[in-house]
Amino acid sequence: MDHTLSTNVLLIIALAPLFGSIVAGLFGRQVGRSGAHTVTIVGVALSCALSVQVLWQLWFGGADPYNQNVYTFFEIGGYSAHIGFMVDRLTAMMMVVVTFVSLLVHIYTIGYMAEDEGYQRFFSYISLFTFSMLMLVMSNNFLQLFFGWEAVGLVSYLLIGFWYKRPTAVFANMKAFLVNRVGDFGFLLGIAAVVHVYGSLDYATVFARVMEGQGQQLVLWESFNLLGLTVPGWSVDAMTFVGICLFIGAMGKSAQVPLHVWLPDSMEGPTPISALIHAATMVTAGIFMVSRMSPVFELSPAALQFILFIGATTALFTGLIGMVQNDIKRVVAYSTLSQLGYMTVALGVSAYGAAVFHLMTHAFFKALLFLAAGSVIIGMHHEQDMRRMGGLRKYMPITYWTSLIGTLALVGFPFLSGFYSKDSIIEAVRAAGEGGSWVNQYAIFAVLAGVFVTSFYSFRLFYLVFHGPERFRDAHAAEDHHSHGDGHHDDDHGHHGPVEPHESPWVVTVPLVALAIPSVLVGALTVGPMLFGKDFSGQQAVTPFFEGAIYQYAPQVPAADDLAPGASAAPLGPVPSAPVDCAAVVERGSPDPVDVVGCKYFQHGAIGFGTHGFVALPFWLMAAGFALATFLYLLRPGTSARIRAALAPLVRVLERKYWMDDLWIDGFAGGGVKLGRVAWRAGDRGLIDGALVNGSAWVIDRVAALSRHVQSGYLYHYAFAMILGLIALLWLAGRWTTA
Amino acid sequence: MITLAHFLTLGAILFALSVAGIIINRKNVIVLLMCIELMLLAVNINFVAFSRFLGDVHGQVFVFFILTVAAAEAAIGLAILVTLFRNKRTINVAELDAMKG
Repeated sequence: MDHTLSTNVLLIIALAPLFGSIVAGLFGRQVGRSGAHTVTIVGVALSCALSVQVLWQLWFGGADPYNQNVYTFFEIGGYSAHIGFMVDRLTAMMMVVVTFVSLLVHIYTIGYMAEDEGYQRFFSYISLFTFSMLMLVMSNNFLQLFFGWEAVGLVSYLLIGFWYKRPTAVFANMKAFLVNRVGDFGFLLGIAAVVHVYGSLDYATVFARVMEGQGQQLVLWESFNLLGLTVPGWSVDAMTFVGICLFIGAMGKSAQVPLHVWLPDSMEGPTPISALIHAATMVTAGIFMVSRMSPVFELSPAALQFILFIGATTALFTGLIGMVQNDIKRVVAYSTLSQLGYMTVALGVSAYGAAVFHLMTHAFFKALLFLAAGSVIIGMHHEQDMRRMGGLRKYMPITYWTSLIGTLALVGFPFLSGFYSKDSIIEAVRAAGEGGSWVNQYAIFAVLAGVFVTSFYSFRLFYLVFHGPERFRDAHAAEDHHSHGDGHHDDDHGHHGPVEPHESPWVVTVPLVALAIPSVLVGALTVGPMLFGKDFSGQQAVTPFFEGAIYQYAPQVPAADDLAPGASAAPLGPVPSAPVDCAAVVERGSPDPVDVVGCKYFQHGAIGFGTHGFVALPFWLMAAGFALATFLYLLRPGTSARIRAALAPLVRVLERKYWMDDLWIDGFAGGGVKLGRVAWRAGDRGLIDGALVNGSAWVIDRVAALSRHVQSGYLYHYAFAMILGLIALLWLAGRWTTA
Repeated sequence: MITLAHFLTLGAILFALSVAGIIINRKNVIVLLMCIELMLLAVNINFVAFSRFLGDVHGQVFVFFILTVAAAEAAIGLAILVTLFRNKRTINVAELDAMKG
């Protein structure tokens, strides 16, 4: 096997989905429905196969990471913008996840969108999304990253508003777009600060010179005089500024509190894209970006603490909202938010590997859960309210079993993929948090409480949908389902009488099965090499998967003081990838929380880790959530209503989503509109219309009204004026000639 | 002995009279036209006088041209006057103020 990656292969990976998208989008009428899905699926399948091959070469084939520019976009002065690819194992893993989930979603869409008029348009969009996402992850510079970042945002906007005739969908896509603009503004500022500090946007250049930024101050403004007052200048730590600004971008894209409000509303889009974009891939772009920029983030402990705080808040509080939702897709959406919070928490304690690992496993099981929810929605004839479901187990066996796998993976049941990634994060947070700041303690509490919450809402959803009485025969269980009903097929399925659920067609169930397999296996198989640099059994050391892609610097971690003497005074540098000395790590701690986790729990491999999971605290919290959900929704279905009544104020806080939506819509958006109205009244109508436009007309009118009196209309007046003028001219001429 | 000055004085008097007629007259548009004719005649006198005293016949040629043009102008002026009277039923100068702003 060769030891370099071929540029052509990478180009095909990126461009095949674009080609499919163009054919399906611009020539959709000519190629027809089957033509559109064939060309896009072939494109994405090609992309997926080649991505797997690239990953294989990088992982087992010993190929070197690829980093080349393939095209010069433009040159301005000394700066030239390139389109290029940087493909290391982090990128390759993302490529495989993106193309694999995308491929399955393409197939699934054949079934889900079978009756939709916008069939070709939909395929065009999701292929375009795949292309954009690949450009984002494969980029080797910040500019192309930003291009991909905006492109996925655009496609997300287009797909949330796919059913553009529904006002709620249009509202939701506008909301998503605007909230993302807030994040992107920070992101752009961060990129600008990177140029300012390093003078380059190239990853390799920036990372090679990353230390130059340490300790630099970024002058936001110099002190200046304003009306005799001296306004003091403001300068901040450059790395903290870069880190927080870039992370604000990630907050928008990865839906972290308080920029999370767009994600639940994005469920207005068709379910396949909820799975692909708003669960598995696009929303994880922020996590990927922070991991990719790990050398930069590592230089700012303050930025990492900020990330940790935001992530912990997201992980716990959005999960709590999920407990009271009734729309099947919204529960899964809040669960996605919560899991994104977990990933962010991992970033905050410098456990980038754990974050990306959770990103991968989450992509599989969350896509599975979303597609299963979509399958339920198809089976229920586009009903999304869980209160009108129940007892679907015997009608939809494949959906039932795959959902069970997805749910178990989500709650972190030992040996399933979700367990390995989530437990690694929890243990890493605990390892990093010992003796740490209050933010660390808060994060530990949030991730542990989050386990209980996750388990509760997951099993609540599971019981309401698949177990219990068959409520779909009751004609009017709830009246408010129109508010977020998947109503685009109301023409054919508009009857709300009893419906007979049915299992979905094979194009829907095959992707479910195909996602269930990695949801079970991928965690156990890859946790060793990816996180701990060991093989499956935990005995043999292997090259760490993210070596060279993710960096970590020693003195960042609170536990640094416990290190061997002199270690805290060591200069910053990448943590050596040499095998860790586990005896020392267990005894004294390590700058890398993942190492601590590996040494404590992975000594006996993935099996040992899983077995230990049964006696660890998260498992019992999970079991408690399971027990509570079982009790409330399976054994004593009436109890939940009484508890809701007893805790009415709390439930109301959750149902109102902590008034976050009101804050954004009425506060910021409404405030903006009010401000605009004031500016319009005073500035536009008062100053410009009133003073300038109408004012000048008024002045001219007045002057004209005065001067028109000169025009008497009498001939003799004009003649007299002529003679006076003549005399005046003659007098002037006389003076001029004599002078 | 009649000198050039006498002729020029006569021309000036005639010109002044016609100007005064144009400005002071408030009654009749026909008088206005007559005043304009008189103004041209005053100019003609100047032309003839200069022609005579400078010994250049060009001046007298000019006078013939001016008389011809003045005749044509008077014809057009009177025609306009007739139409004006038909439309307005008046030739009173003080009432003709259609150009008032």
